[in-house]
Amino acid sequence: MTYIAKPKFHHPNLPRNDLGLTRRDYEGSMSTLCAGCGHDSVTAAIVEACFELNLPAHKVAKMSGIGCSSKTPTYFLSKSHGFNSVHGRMPSVATGANLANNELKYIGVSGDGDTASIGFGQFAHAVRRQVDMLYVVENNGTYGLTKGQFSATNDRVSVGRKGQVNAFESIDLVSIAIQLGASFVARGFSGDKDQLVPLMKAALSHKGFAFIDVISPCVTFNNHGGSTKSFEFVRDHEHTVTGADYVPHRDEITADYAEGSVLDVTLHDESRVRLRKLDATYDPSDRAAALQYMMEHQAKDEVVTGLLYLNTGDDELKEKMDVTAAPLNSLGAAELRPDMATLEKINAGLR
Amino acid sequence: MSLDEHRPTSESRPRPPYMKPTDITDPNFFHKVVDCQWACPAHTPVPEYIRMIAQRRYTDAYMVNWESNVFPGVLGRTCDRPCEPACRRGRIEEKPVAICRLKRVAADYRGDIEHLMPEIAPKNGKRIACIGAGPASLTVARDLAPLGYHVVVYDRDASGGGMMRSQIPAFRLPEAVLNEEVERILNFGIETRFNQNIESLKTVLDEDYDAVFVGTGAPRGRDLDIPGRDQVGEHFHIGIDWLMSVAFGHTSKIGKKVIVLGGGNTAMDCCRTSKRLGGDDVKVIVRSPFETMKASPWEIEDAQREDVEILNNHVPLEFVIEDGKLVGMKFDRVEPIFDENGRRKLVSTGEEPLFFPCDDVLCAIGQENHFPWIERDIGLEFGEWDMPVVDEVTFRSTHPKVFFGGDAAFGPENIIWAVAHGHQAAISIHQMCEDIDLEDRPDPKVTLISQKMGMHEWSYHNDISNDPRYQVPHAEKKMALSDIKLEVELGFDEKLAYDEAMRCLNCDVQTVFETGRCIECDACVDICPVDCINFTMNGEEAEVRQTLRVPALNAEQDLYVSDVLPTGRVMIKDEDVCLHCGLCAERCPTAAWDMQQLLHNEAQAKSRELAL
Repeated sequence: MTYIAKPKFHHPNLPRNDLGLTRRDYEGSMSTLCAGCGHDSVTAAIVEACFELNLPAHKVAKMSGIGCSSKTPTYFLSKSHGFNSVHGRMPSVATGANLANNELKYIGVSGDGDTASIGFGQFAHAVRRQVDMLYVVENNGTYGLTKGQFSATNDRVSVGRKGQVNAFESIDLVSIAIQLGASFVARGFSGDKDQLVPLMKAALSHKGFAFIDVISPCVTFNNHGGSTKSFEFVRDHEHTVTGADYVPHRDEITADYAEGSVLDVTLHDESRVRLRKLDATYDPSDRAAALQYMMEHQAKDEVVTGLLYLNTGDDELKEKMDVTAAPLNSLGAAELRPDMATLEKINAGLR
Repeated sequence: MSLDEHRPTSESRPRPPYMKPTDITDPNFFHKVVDCQWACPAHTPVPEYIRMIAQRRYTDAYMVNWESNVFPGVLGRTCDRPCEPACRRGRIEEKPVAICRLKRVAADYRGDIEHLMPEIAPKNGKRIACIGAGPASLTVARDLAPLGYHVVVYDRDASGGGMMRSQIPAFRLPEAVLNEEVERILNFGIETRFNQNIESLKTVLDEDYDAVFVGTGAPRGRDLDIPGRDQVGEHFHIGIDWLMSVAFGHTSKIGKKVIVLGGGNTAMDCCRTSKRLGGDDVKVIVRSPFETMKASPWEIEDAQREDVEILNNHVPLEFVIEDGKLVGMKFDRVEPIFDENGRRKLVSTGEEPLFFPCDDVLCAIGQENHFPWIERDIGLEFGEWDMPVVDEVTFRSTHPKVFFGGDAAFGPENIIWAVAHGHQAAISIHQMCEDIDLEDRPDPKVTLISQKMGMHEWSYHNDISNDPRYQVPHAEKKMALSDIKLEVELGFDEKLAYDEAMRCLNCDVQTVFETGRCIECDACVDICPVDCINFTMNGEEAEVRQTLRVPALNAEQDLYVSDVLPTGRVMIKDEDVCLHCGLCAERCPTAAWDMQQLLHNEAQAKSRELAL
C-alpha cells in the first residue's frame, strides 16, 4: 500500500460533468489494497460511471460486507452515504435501506467470499426479491485477506499458487443470478474498463436488481499460470457475447450497424442500452437460453462477458410489496397516523 | 473464435505512420522533461539543488550551481529566470517554484567552499586573453584556468564584473556578493589588466595569445533623435551610462520629476535608482502596451511597489524647452494595430499630444554592440548589423583564434546566457589548443539511477506540498528608498526556503517504463492524479494526442511511448503535467514502472580533459 495521499492536483484540462465536477471529485480515500489489485480498477470504473452519469454523491449509498472487495467503498465517492455490514450480511442491510429510502442509488460491493460463501443465502434472497440496487461482485476466486485459500467461485481446473488442486465444484454467480430472477446480469473484467464502465452506467440506470460479476484478478495470490482468474487467462479466454453501449436519453443514436445485430433497450429512466450482439445466436432476454449458453461456454473454459441477461418488465422490491414510494423519513404525522374511521376499519378486520 | 472487440485483429493493427517506441537512451528525452533545466541556458540541474536546500545542504546546493552557472549569488538575485516560466508547477497550479530565490538561499546559507574549489593544474604554457571582465569572460577564465591555461583578463574598469557591476544597482545586487564571486575566479591565478581600454584587437593578437575571447557586452545605449534633443543638454542621460555613473559614485542626484523612456529591465533599474537619488515623481513612459513590455514581470512589480507610475502606449514626440531649459516632454497616444501578417503597428489615436513636465530624462530604449576597436582587415568578418560573424555552436569568429560570447556574440541577452556562451567558448578554446575538431563537442555526463528504497519508499520526497508560491520578504519601503545600497529583497529564511523547496515536483525523477514487465492491470492509469498514463492502440501522433484520457494539447511536451504490449496496445504517457509523485510505480505490481533520477551535467572544458 501507498503511504502518501494522492496529490490534490489534477490535470488542468480534466473534463467536467453537468454538475461541474471532475472525475477526481468522485474519488474516495487512498486504497490500502495490494499494488495492482483488480479491485482498484473496479473502483475506478465506479468513479467513472458515476461521473459520467452526473450522479450527485449525496444521492448514493455504498453498501458492503467484509473482505478486500468490501473495503473498496472507502475508495470511491467519499461524499456518499454508506454502510459497512458484518460479513455476508450486506444484502439484508441493503434490503432494509431500500425499503426505507429508494431515492438513493444503492451500490453494493461484495466479493466471492462475502457473496458465494458466508453470504450466499443473503445474496439469493436479495436477488429473488429484486432489491433495487447495483450489486457488484469483485470476483478473484481466492480468499486474499486470509492468504489465498480457494474461494467458492474458483474454477475446478484452477490450481493454487503452489500447485494445490481444487477438489470442489465452483459456483457461477452469473448463472445463479439469472436463475433466481435478477433483471440485469452482466459480467465484466477489471482489466477492460471500456466494457465495464458502460455496463455500470446501464446497471445504475436500471430499476431492480442489477448484478455485475467482475473478474478482478488477485495479483498477490491468484494471478499465476495455473489460475483461471488471472489477467492473462481472462484475456486469452474472454468471450464477449454482447457489447453494451450506454446511451443517455437525450443523445441521438448516430452509429450505423448491420440490421439485426443491434438491440436497443430502453431503461426505466428513458436512457437506453444499445446491445451489439457479437454472437448473433445469443438472445439476452431468454433466461433459459442464457443459462444454457453459460454452461456450454464454461465447459469450454471460456469466460463469457458482456450484458448477459436483461429484463425491464419486472417490478422492483418496493413495487412488488406495494408500499409507499416516498422515503420513510419524508412521511409526516398525517401519513403515518390513520384517522379514526380507518382505525375502526382495521380493528374490525382483526376481530 | 474470439469475438472480443477490444482485441486487435490483423485489420485493426496499427499501420505506419504510428509512433515509434521512445528511445530513453537519448539523453535529450528525459532532459526535456526537466523543464527548468532544459530551459536554463547553462542547464543547471535545478531539482537536484532544490532537494539539497530542503535537506539544508546549502553548501552542496551552492556547488551544484557554481559548477554550472558560476555566479549563484549574483544570479540568485538578478537572473532573468528562463526556468520559471518553464516550470511544470506553473502548468499545474498558478505559479512556478521560486527557483531563483532558492538559488539565493543556497548562496546566503552556504558554508565555506574554499576546500571545494578545483585544483589548479600546473601551467600548460598556453596563454588566453579575455577582453572585458563580465560574466562571459569570467566563465571562460574559470573553466580554463584550472586546466593550466594562463588567462589574462582585460577591462576598462578598475574591477571585474562588467555589467553586473556597472548596470545592476546595488539595491538589487550588493557589492559584497558580486565581489566575492568575481574574486573567487580571479584567485585562480588570473592575470588582470584592469583600467585598460583596448583600442585595437590587432595589438592584442600581436601579443601572441593562443586564443582571444571577446566578452565586451553591448556597451552602447541607444539615443533618441527627436526634436529638442540637441537642446536638453545635461538633463538627458543614456540609461546604462547613467547607471554606471551611479554605480561608480560619479552621480548621486537627479531632479524631482523624472521621465524614464523604455520598458525593459534597464528602465526599471533607472526608475528605481531615480527614486533613491531624489526623484519624487518618477514616470516610466513606454511605447508598447503594458503586456508586451520587455521587463521581467517581477521587476515591473518591484518598480510599481516603489510608486513608479508606468504609462504605456505613449510615443515620445519632442523635448519641450523653455528659456533653453528642459521643462518636459510631449507624447503621442497610440494603440497597437495588427496587420494580416500578425505584425504589430503602433498607430496614433489622433488625440492631442500629452505633455508631461520633467527635470530629467533617462533614455533606456535599448542597447547595442559597438566594435570600433576591431580592425576590419585582420580576417575577422563582420555581417549584418555590423556584427561579427560568430558560429552558434563553437562561438568562433572567422578569425581562427578569436572567440566571442555573451552580449558581444549575438546582441543583448542576460547573465545566464553569457555564462552558457562562456562554457561553450572555453570548450572550443581548449579543443583548439589540444588539436581536437571544434565541431566534435563533448557529451554531457548523464546518469539515470533508480530511487527505489523499499516497497513504497523512494530516496526522494514524493509527497509534495500543495501550498501556493511563497512571497519573498522585502525591506521596509521607506528605508529602502532612502539608502541606495540597501538590498530590497531580503531573501527567504530557512523555514520559507524549506516550504518553497517542497513545492518542487522533482521533475528530474523520471517515470521509466519497462514494457516486458507490464501485465496491463491498469493500476497506474487508475492512480495517476493527473491522468497522464494511457494504454491504447498506437497511431499517428497528432491523432493519438486527441484521443488520450485527457487530450495532450501541449505539443511542446513529448509523449512517452512503449513497445507493443501483449494485448497489442502501447503505453502512452503525456509528460506535460506529470507530478513525478511515483504513484504509478508504487501501484505497479510488477515494477514495470520505476522512478529513476536523471542527473544531467552539461559538458564543460574539463569534461574533455577527463575523457582524454
